[in-house]
Amino acid sequence: MKHHRVCQFIFAICIALAFQFASAEIITVAPEHEKRYHELLSELRCLVCQNQTIEESNSELAIDLRLEVNKMLMQGATDQEIIDFMADRYGDFVLYKPLVQPKTYLLWFGPFIFLVVALLLVLLFLKKHKPSSSAQLSDDEKQKLDSILKQTKK
Amino acid sequence: MFKYLLPVILFFVLCGFLFIGLYKDPSKVDSPLIGKPAPEFSLPRLEQPNDLFSEKEFLGKVSILNVWGTWCFACKQEHHILLDLAKRNIAPIYGLNYKDDTEQAKMYLRDFGNPFVSNAVDQLGRVAIDWGVYGAPETFIMDKKGIIRHKHIGPLTLEDVEDEILPLIQNLKNEAS
Repeated sequence: MKHHRVCQFIFAICIALAFQFASAEIITVAPEHEKRYHELLSELRCLVCQNQTIEESNSELAIDLRLEVNKMLMQGATDQEIIDFMADRYGDFVLYKPLVQPKTYLLWFGPFIFLVVALLLVLLFLKKHKPSSSAQLSDDEKQKLDSILKQTKK
Repeated sequence: MFKYLLPVILFFVLCGFLFIGLYKDPSKVDSPLIGKPAPEFSLPRLEQPNDLFSEKEFLGKVSILNVWGTWCFACKQEHHILLDLAKRNIAPIYGLNYKDDTEQAKMYLRDFGNPFVSNAVDQLGRVAIDWGVYGAPETFIMDKKGIIRHKHIGPLTLEDVEDEILPLIQNLKNEAS
């Protein structure tokens, strides 16, 4: 009886695996390219399903592009060449990491500008609202203080 | 006074940006190919497989290239628009038959009418990658020098044709070749 259960379990796993492989095409990536292949794919957006990389997407276009990236790797293309190839055709939008160029300066440096502006504002604010306690007591106040202290000592 | 108004002004400016964003279709991404020459290719013609179709076909006249396939539902939707556009005889419409079954494509054109002057067969979809195609149907307009001047993503509507395509073609026709 127990043996039967194990068989059932193994059978279920086999079926699940079969479906897993049915949805993915077979691309043979040379072992020496494997790391770069996955790094590149995870940096490129699939335009068909925009919130997926071409590594995750199962759209036909993503499959074609995976094949293309693999082909370029085999032909000895550099990472930059492959990224340029994609951006030249589909636009900078496919790059998950936007290029640093005049058009994207605000995107890259905006947060730092905001930070600096915020810090300046804080400094300005602090300067304006200096706590008055640090200021010297006026003569009038000193006398008052002395008299209070004398009273409490008594 | 200004001190208190500033945050309010900033708030409304931000609202303005977000409001504009609401009406932008994120599935339509500007093509980097606009203003560049049509990518080189050489593909068999649907009508005559031995005769090759290349980007040189687009030289010397304003031309339209429509990316389509019989498997593509939205292409069927815009088919009558293409037929209508072809009837106006304003510019030749070429087809890029994208990842399709050749026999089915021929049958489709026979059954539903053929707006195309000629079709290039891109069975592997490799040429479509060079053209930055990511969702059929897509429509490109080339000027007389074969430079891509416009790309329309998704099915064409009558308004697209009247308001965008026809005026643009008229302008391009007036340009020196």
